[in-house]
Amino acid sequence: MKAETLARLQAERAAQRPVVLLTRLTDGAEHLWPQDTVPEALAEAAHAALGSEKAGSVSVDGEPWFIHPHNPPLRIIVVGAVHIAQAMAPMAAPLGFQMIVVDPRRAFATEERLPGVSLNTDWPDEAMATLKPDARTAVVTLTHDPKLDDPALDAALKSDAFYIGALGSRRTHAKRVARLNELGHGGAAIARIHAPVGLDIEAVTAPEIALSVMAEIVAARRGATLGAPRPLPAPAEGRVSIGISA
Amino acid sequence: MTTDTTNSEDILATAAAWKAAGESVAIATVVETWGSSPRPAGSRLAVTASGRLAGSVSGGCIEGAVADAAKQAMASGTPQLLDFGVSDERAWEVGLSCGGKVKVFVEPLA
Repeated sequence: MKAETLARLQAERAAQRPVVLLTRLTDGAEHLWPQDTVPEALAEAAHAALGSEKAGSVSVDGEPWFIHPHNPPLRIIVVGAVHIAQAMAPMAAPLGFQMIVVDPRRAFATEERLPGVSLNTDWPDEAMATLKPDARTAVVTLTHDPKLDDPALDAALKSDAFYIGALGSRRTHAKRVARLNELGHGGAAIARIHAPVGLDIEAVTAPEIALSVMAEIVAARRGATLGAPRPLPAPAEGRVSIGISA
Repeated sequence: MTTDTTNSEDILATAAAWKAAGESVAIATVVETWGSSPRPAGSRLAVTASGRLAGSVSGGCIEGAVADAAKQAMASGTPQLLDFGVSDERAWEVGLSCGGKVKVFVEPLA
């Protein structure tokens, strides 16, 4: 790879623009798409790779090319700059997520508590209008406070967010469901909310809950069929369920 | 709002930093896989002539051989396409004991 190509690729990624690196495997010739003009067949392969998020080799005019998509990081919008959010923060980047924490309570949403994390101190309804969650976004509410959680969940349910999770016991969630119903969200919408949030690993501490939430987000991203038995030798206690905690 | 996308898995950033520090660097990329290969296409390993390694192209099975090829690529300035198949567990050859096959493209960072 030319140092110049690497610098251009990193600049596109830093600007959070989707970019595809195209490398001819016979001699290492390379292009960036859509920044460079490339033959139609290569452009089509690059476009498809960004959609599937899968790298792979294709043959164009009898020559092998490696098509390597680099999408901007997926986002996790966390409402509540609380202890669990602090524990999620260092896990997010290595897993390929940009984490944004929304909390109008400025005592919580501080750089000291969440170093390196994007902070948004607007009220959640305004923050969500700015952040515009999309199909590459997960939304997690952690405040326990309906004034803060509900507007975020309302916005998340109106979006294509690939994951929506809400902290709180089943009793808390039942009350929340009633409030969301009043806002016009029916059963199918409510079923999108993972609540209680996180995989059931009997998590107790904040880092354990953070782990269970991050694992559930990864499972949603990768399309894991949680709850279904594994196809091959199942562990003796292979109980995996979505968000049901004892 | 800051946009911190620091990613400890960003092998390219590591490679660029090494290059900027004056190291000779090569980048190996998994370009094709068959069967139960441990790392998907697109996985990267950065290697320096001084022997530093970042990232992975397998579960550790072929990194040594890839690093050797990377040093050759740095010396010659020519990229290489490497094929790795299933190893015979009883032979001292490099391969993938998981039963997968991978193609790895190794190129100098020039």
